Amino acid sequence: MEKTIAQKTVQVNEEGYLTNFAEWNKEIAEEIAAENNIVLSPKHWEVINYVQNEFKNESPLTIRKIGKSGVVDIKEFYALFPVGPLKTATKIAGIPKPAGCI
Amino acid sequence: MKRLVILGAGTAGTMMANHLHHKLNRKEWAIDIVDERTEHHYQPGYLFLPFDIYKPEDIIKNIKDFIPSDVNLITKQIDRIVASDNYIQLAGGDQLHYDLLIIATGAKIAPEETEGMNGEQWYQSVFDFYTFDGALALRNKLRDWQGGNLVIHITEMPIKCPVAPLEFAFLADSYFQHKKMRDKVNITYVTPLSGAFTKPKSTAALEHLLQEKNIAIESDFAISEVDNENKTIVDYGGKVVPFDLLVTVPTNKGDALMERSGLGDELNYVPTNKETLQSKAYANIFVIGDATNVPASKAGSVAHFEADILTENILHFVKNETLAAAFDGHANCFIETGDSKALLIDFNYTHEPVEGKFPFAAIGPLQLLKESRMNHWGKLAFRWIYWNVLLKGTPIPFVSANMSTAGKNFN
Repeated sequence: MEKTIAQKTVQVNEEGYLTNFAEWNKEIAEEIAAENNIVLSPKHWEVINYVQNEFKNESPLTIRKIGKSGVVDIKEFYALFPVGPLKTATKIAGIPKPAGCI
Repeated sequence: MKRLVILGAGTAGTMMANHLHHKLNRKEWAIDIVDERTEHHYQPGYLFLPFDIYKPEDIIKNIKDFIPSDVNLITKQIDRIVASDNYIQLAGGDQLHYDLLIIATGAKIAPEETEGMNGEQWYQSVFDFYTFDGALALRNKLRDWQGGNLVIHITEMPIKCPVAPLEFAFLADSYFQHKKMRDKVNITYVTPLSGAFTKPKSTAALEHLLQEKNIAIESDFAISEVDNENKTIVDYGGKVVPFDLLVTVPTNKGDALMERSGLGDELNYVPTNKETLQSKAYANIFVIGDATNVPASKAGSVAHFEADILTENILHFVKNETLAAAFDGHANCFIETGDSKALLIDFNYTHEPVEGKFPFAAIGPLQLLKESRMNHWGKLAFRWIYWNVLLKGTPIPFVSANMSTAGKNFN
């Protein structure tokens, strides 16, 4: 479905995740963050860059992996994205929600 | 003479030995299988042991009884795989050269990954049921437990048999009812997932069952520690769940051998092509079963379907042909729901479990994603099938390696 975020029309799925990463930009990230009551700090951006890179490398994301990334530990990750951190961070980053598991 | 080495004589390794001992040209190929253990455990039986449904002797047999006589069984610890030089360093100093290697070393629990999990309450009021020792200790605990808060918990995904903790919850409900003490037990199901299962349609069906059986669900719970003193589990976001009896599925990891050999990912699973089952790092290493990182369930049925595909690809590989066989992620799992009923789910990488009939469209006799007694009999019959058909690599009639969409309601 289509949704207008930060004055741009983008394709999202029923949970609000962008379905085409090419449509993502920083303004969209800021607006999705605001919907989740988050103001993006430089540390948030480090995490967003990290998860986007992992996505580009087709490497599955888990909370454990973020904790071992060297970017943040798990406690910091929860402090940055308090509710469902992996789901929130990936939504802001414009990449699919991690399946996490089977 | 060329040498094929299989590491691990569990479900996947044993099936591969049975497939390949008569499919490979034995004038050219010697086959070794290495495992430090002497017992083969029917792991699905661990679910039934705590509830006194199975006895230890139902689920343990000797490894050697399932390995063909023309396959050399080596009962030794493996120190390291030296993939760059094509040999296995065995504990004690022996080296085993290979031309072709199959890794089938499985996955196991790692309670030490979570702070406090194997602390002073471990096997006192904190138990796993993914090991024989854990399941047996839990059986003894349950036999005279007086009730309270029973918490069934998954630490993180992926885990072996992702439906097993749900089955445990359903069987516990049924067990305490039969003991006439269900009113003394609060059952809570705690999961890192957003719902009861990983796929939407089965999550809806399973959550309905949890509700019907008065089992509370606490989702999106990422455990940070087990507090032994206060008997609680605590999540990174600050949620706290108290327990009198905690049945947890600890983090699952591949064998530490992968870490020692530099072949694993951060959970010691081997990066594997999800279709061909060839390792991503070395062309002459193939990986099967729980040891892979492929996005399929870690389950015996998956290993069984993979074994058919892998056998084909090994035969292609030895003839220098393209690896033509492609695994689709097919899994087929019975889910015990208590009171002698079960569900059946059948799915793959791209198709989630849905309702329908199995294995014959419109006829069944098994029902997909619906409780029935026939499904429960199917699950119990499966133990016999496991020991007598599956390990020997004999195909299960009417069930193909790749998933069939016939008889399924994909709306």
